[in-house]
Amino acid sequence: MNTTILNATQRNTLVLLRVLIGWHFLYEGVIKAYNPSWTSRGYLLSASILKPFFAWLASESLVSTIDFLNIAGLIIVGISLLIGIKVRWGCIAGIALLALYYLAHPPFPSLPQGPAEGSYWIVNKNLIELAALLVIYQFPLSSAFGLESMFRKNKISTALK
Amino acid sequence: MANDNQFNKWNRRDMLKTLGGIPLFGAVWYAGASLTGAAKREKEFLLETLNIKASPPPASGPMSGKPLRVGIIGFGIRGEQLCRALGFATNDWYKEMQEALIKNPKDTRLKDFKAQENLNVQLAGICDIFDVRAEDALASFNKDGNKIKRYRTHTEMFKSGEIDAVIIATPDHWHAPMAIEAMNAGVHVYVEKPMTHHVAETYALRDAVQNNPKTVFAVGHQHRQTQSFLTAQDVIRKNILGHVSLVTTNTNRNDDNGAWQYDIHEKASPKTIDWDMFLGSAPRADFNLEHFFRWRKWWAYGSGLSGDLLTHDYDRINCILKMGIPRSVTASGGIYTHRDGRNVPDVLQVNMEFPDFTTGGSQEKGKEKGMTFVYSATLGNQFDRGTVLMGHDASMDLGNRITVYADPRSTKYAELIKEERIEPGVPIYQYDPAVSGTDAVTSATAKYFANKGLLWTYRDGKRVDSTFLHLREWLSCIRNGGTPSCSIKEGFDEAISAHMAGLSFKLGRRIDWDPTEQKIIAKPGEDLDAVLLSNA
Repeated sequence: MNTTILNATQRNTLVLLRVLIGWHFLYEGVIKAYNPSWTSRGYLLSASILKPFFAWLASESLVSTIDFLNIAGLIIVGISLLIGIKVRWGCIAGIALLALYYLAHPPFPSLPQGPAEGSYWIVNKNLIELAALLVIYQFPLSSAFGLESMFRKNKISTALK
Repeated sequence: MANDNQFNKWNRRDMLKTLGGIPLFGAVWYAGASLTGAAKREKEFLLETLNIKASPPPASGPMSGKPLRVGIIGFGIRGEQLCRALGFATNDWYKEMQEALIKNPKDTRLKDFKAQENLNVQLAGICDIFDVRAEDALASFNKDGNKIKRYRTHTEMFKSGEIDAVIIATPDHWHAPMAIEAMNAGVHVYVEKPMTHHVAETYALRDAVQNNPKTVFAVGHQHRQTQSFLTAQDVIRKNILGHVSLVTTNTNRNDDNGAWQYDIHEKASPKTIDWDMFLGSAPRADFNLEHFFRWRKWWAYGSGLSGDLLTHDYDRINCILKMGIPRSVTASGGIYTHRDGRNVPDVLQVNMEFPDFTTGGSQEKGKEKGMTFVYSATLGNQFDRGTVLMGHDASMDLGNRITVYADPRSTKYAELIKEERIEPGVPIYQYDPAVSGTDAVTSATAKYFANKGLLWTYRDGKRVDSTFLHLREWLSCIRNGGTPSCSIKEGFDEAISAHMAGLSFKLGRRIDWDPTEQKIIAKPGEDLDAVLLSNA
């Protein structure tokens, strides 16, 4: 990747964006992990497009695995973005999850809309969060804020020796 | 060491930059875990306070032994459904389902039918006075080891000695005469609702059932098999609702089929239909295809909303509250949507009064007593109104799912409402046999999905229809002993209550029940049955 020179404000703003998205993912994951009756079944079964695919995910034999993977995915992505470790991998996983959420209930005209706190046409908050992760992917900034900066520092300090 | 070296060089800023995410992680995790935990504890507290036992009805007994020889009388729309519930589908139905499956691969009706448990019965006899239907049954059910015979009359069938049990799915005016004859011949009976068509035969049928205790009698109110009903009974038993003063039930339909405008078969004619047999005890009339196929539209053969649909709602509530026959009934309505020559109303409102009935209360003794049961129906609109039992302390929305809301002015929950542990707008209890069983609070999203019925699964994970379960219960009582959940006592309550509604509508006045004499009170010289059956 080409090195982009960011000023401190730009860098901090991007870090803030990453932390907030990480926060959101982690919280969603933790809430579900601590609620034993939570299941993605209703969300998947009411998918408005790609129904056979989502119905397959929601099938009796698969849904508990899907629920587990979803919770694990949310928590891992959350940790990655929040504490700044393997951020790019975190972004890819987060984008994949958000794409699935978006595709199950896309706010397309003529499709039934599930419960939502706002009004959406083609673009909804899942899609915006997905796009924000694309930005983070370009500027992971783990060295600016995150555990990875330790390794980098380690490398630097080793190099200096 | 490199690391020591590195950490030695770190300043606070580096530390924050490197490890700053960790306390954030801890905070988010802690918040999620503790808030979910608190919500869970609140939910558990409510569930413990309410202590409702959520359970599906007990399964009926084994279907082992010699195959029971079952006869079917009346192979129309309902007769075919009942036969499918027994495991017998017509050739036409198979064809129709296969075509439906090609059009829509997700159509599970054929798969569900094939997966249905074998009830170990021989469909051994058919009576239908329309040749086409009888021949359809013979052509469809004389295979795969099943032998079925057509009997010209029900009497011939009962006397043959070749039938152990009979299902009666005829027009209403034939229910009681056939059921009485079958009971007296020692043939077990499953009769469709309404149990009877007029008052006198209700008593005669009760006598016939009581005189033949070894013969099992059931009325076709399959709603009794609804998974939520035992749970609803427990809600009443635990006095969760407080004193119930009003129950509202309803029917809203807005299509021709729902208004009994059934198809008229192209091959139907005086040659293919035994018209005299159809009329039976009904007033003489010339051959009339409309009367034959759409008999529910005339009092002479059917009983309109009060017999066809009020009976279901009444029995569903009677099964939970066991309130019995009302002290009085008023009804009104008219023909406002389907002015097609019918004489039964298509809009009907029925109020049944139970002045001495109580479900128990939360206020001082003696203050709360009496209940009205309302049935409100139209065949000109299909807005879903739901069934609600309204108590001083809470309301119960009753369907396949049960949802209980505390009343803002409840005595019982006053403290909890004040402490904001109960919010009157949020259900304090929800039972959905499909999801995780019980729930005390529900999110808007969960409710949205549940309301769409998407989370619905069925008994033992299989899609089972309630008619199947109801027939299975009857067959189990025949094989293993016991009394069906809807037998003569329940059927008697249902029939008398429905007849009171019909009489009130026709006479335009309140109809009273004398609980001591066990009689509907008639005015001097008034023949209630003549009123009920009159086509006027």
